[in-house]
Amino acid sequence: MKKIISILTVVVVFACVLAGCSANGNEKTVGTDGSTSMEKVIGALGEAYESDNSGVTFTYNPTGSGTGITAVAEGRCDIGLSSRKLKDEETAKGLKETVLAYDGIAVIINPSNPVADIDIETIAKIYKGEITNWKDVGGNDGEIVPIGREANSGTRDGFESITGTEDICKYRQELSSTGDVITTVANNPNAIGYASVATVKDSVKAVTVNGIAPTEETIKDGSYKIQRPFVLVTKDNTALSETPQKFYDFCLSEEAKGIITKAGVVPAN
Amino acid sequence: MKKKAKAIESAVHGVFLILGLITVGAVLLISIYLIISGIPAIKEIGLTHFLFGKEWAATEAEAKFGILPFILTSIYGTAGAVFIGTPIGFFTAVYLAKIAPPKLKHLVSSAVSLLAGIPSVVYGLVGMLVLVPAIRNIFHVADGASLLAAIIVLSVIVLPSIIKVSLTALEAVPKEYEEGSLALGSTSVETYFRISIPAAKNGIATAIVLGVGRAIGEAMAVIMVSGNVANMPNLFESVRFLTTAVSSEMSYVSTGSLHQQALFSIALVLFLFIMLINATLNFFLKKKKEG
Repeated sequence: MKKIISILTVVVVFACVLAGCSANGNEKTVGTDGSTSMEKVIGALGEAYESDNSGVTFTYNPTGSGTGITAVAEGRCDIGLSSRKLKDEETAKGLKETVLAYDGIAVIINPSNPVADIDIETIAKIYKGEITNWKDVGGNDGEIVPIGREANSGTRDGFESITGTEDICKYRQELSSTGDVITTVANNPNAIGYASVATVKDSVKAVTVNGIAPTEETIKDGSYKIQRPFVLVTKDNTALSETPQKFYDFCLSEEAKGIITKAGVVPAN
Repeated sequence: MKKKAKAIESAVHGVFLILGLITVGAVLLISIYLIISGIPAIKEIGLTHFLFGKEWAATEAEAKFGILPFILTSIYGTAGAVFIGTPIGFFTAVYLAKIAPPKLKHLVSSAVSLLAGIPSVVYGLVGMLVLVPAIRNIFHVADGASLLAAIIVLSVIVLPSIIKVSLTALEAVPKEYEEGSLALGSTSVETYFRISIPAAKNGIATAIVLGVGRAIGEAMAVIMVSGNVANMPNLFESVRFLTTAVSSEMSYVSTGSLHQQALFSIALVLFLFIMLINATLNFFLKKKKEG
């Protein structure tokens, strides 16, 4: 028994070490640390880069934007990942941001719902449970059914932080995949949900927010409001070492665009 | 020659022993892993707060880890499914064992086997696309994803185990019992209810316990129809089960956090429930052997 426990411990410890952010020493590693929402896009980029360049180890530590930014500043990783712009006091620490992509979140309703535009405050009120009937926002008489994602989901995190509804949303359903959200909204005439813009299908209707439809252009130029940047954070004055720099260039290259789009977000350049 | 045969014999014994140990080892490893990873969060949160806390809000700034809603939902959901599934399954089994013509019996039996083989994600999908909108329209509620939807899906899922095990138990009742009853002048329906069913009662109890075990462990089908919000259970409200509480949040949770440990603790609670059900099952099986 003791043996099993000790083997288990070794495995667990080993896994922890592997998952950690390793910036020092080995030239052939790229250590990234930060936003959990960026897991999909950075994971896809890392995987593609690893398979193109044998011998390179890519690591990603999902800790959250704030922690990732601190990690770069303290030199614990090569590239920090943040799903918000840097604050002034963070740029003052000598950090530089490069927008990798924009994550646009579409607000979706059933195609039979006559509502076409909702402003961001109203969306927040609907999710907070302050507005409960579609007729109050110009639709038919019917109880609004707010559909959301499970806790920890990057889309939920993005949606709630942009609309200012963190931890106070009153969901009728919390579903664990975008596909489920879309299917549920497509099947309930009174449902409202949110999903990454790239995943929205014809079975649901994406409303315009403050009069702006969610498209690649409106997300890029910032006029569509429910969106946030995915940012690569590096040190301003110190150059990256060779492998991380190559990875950084790869992320902004033409080749990476397809990978970024495939991960459900809009490439920045 | 004899020596050689003996050597082969013991080698085969050894191989079988190893294969047996793999199974036992897997069970032990899972149990120990669950206990080791499930205890720390319970210690940190406090057993009563964890088991009887009415609020679950693991990602909020002031995190709350109360799993009473999940426990009650799992109990109500399972009880509801067995409550609906047992009479249907049981009478189907009586019909198949005693009344149905052989051709029809064969047809229904194969249908039941097929039902047992359908993956639970398919039940969930059908529930999501057909049952949930139907509940919304029939009961005039805003949304159909609810405890009721989960109970209905689960009661279909438990049907095959209830029917099959009850059927075997009913078929094992000695013919002489029934013939004796019929010879004394009772009708055939009287015979089934007064003689066959009491004689098979332990087998039928086993069937129900198996159904309970199947229902309480189901995750995939219920996650798709129950709405998955951590409310206290209510028939028309969105609810979250013990199984779905683990599976829906496990994928994004950060490694080593209290949240992740608490999910392991939920799994541990579920594990204890299933152990309890297994113990009950063994009790009935033992009684059946003795009786």
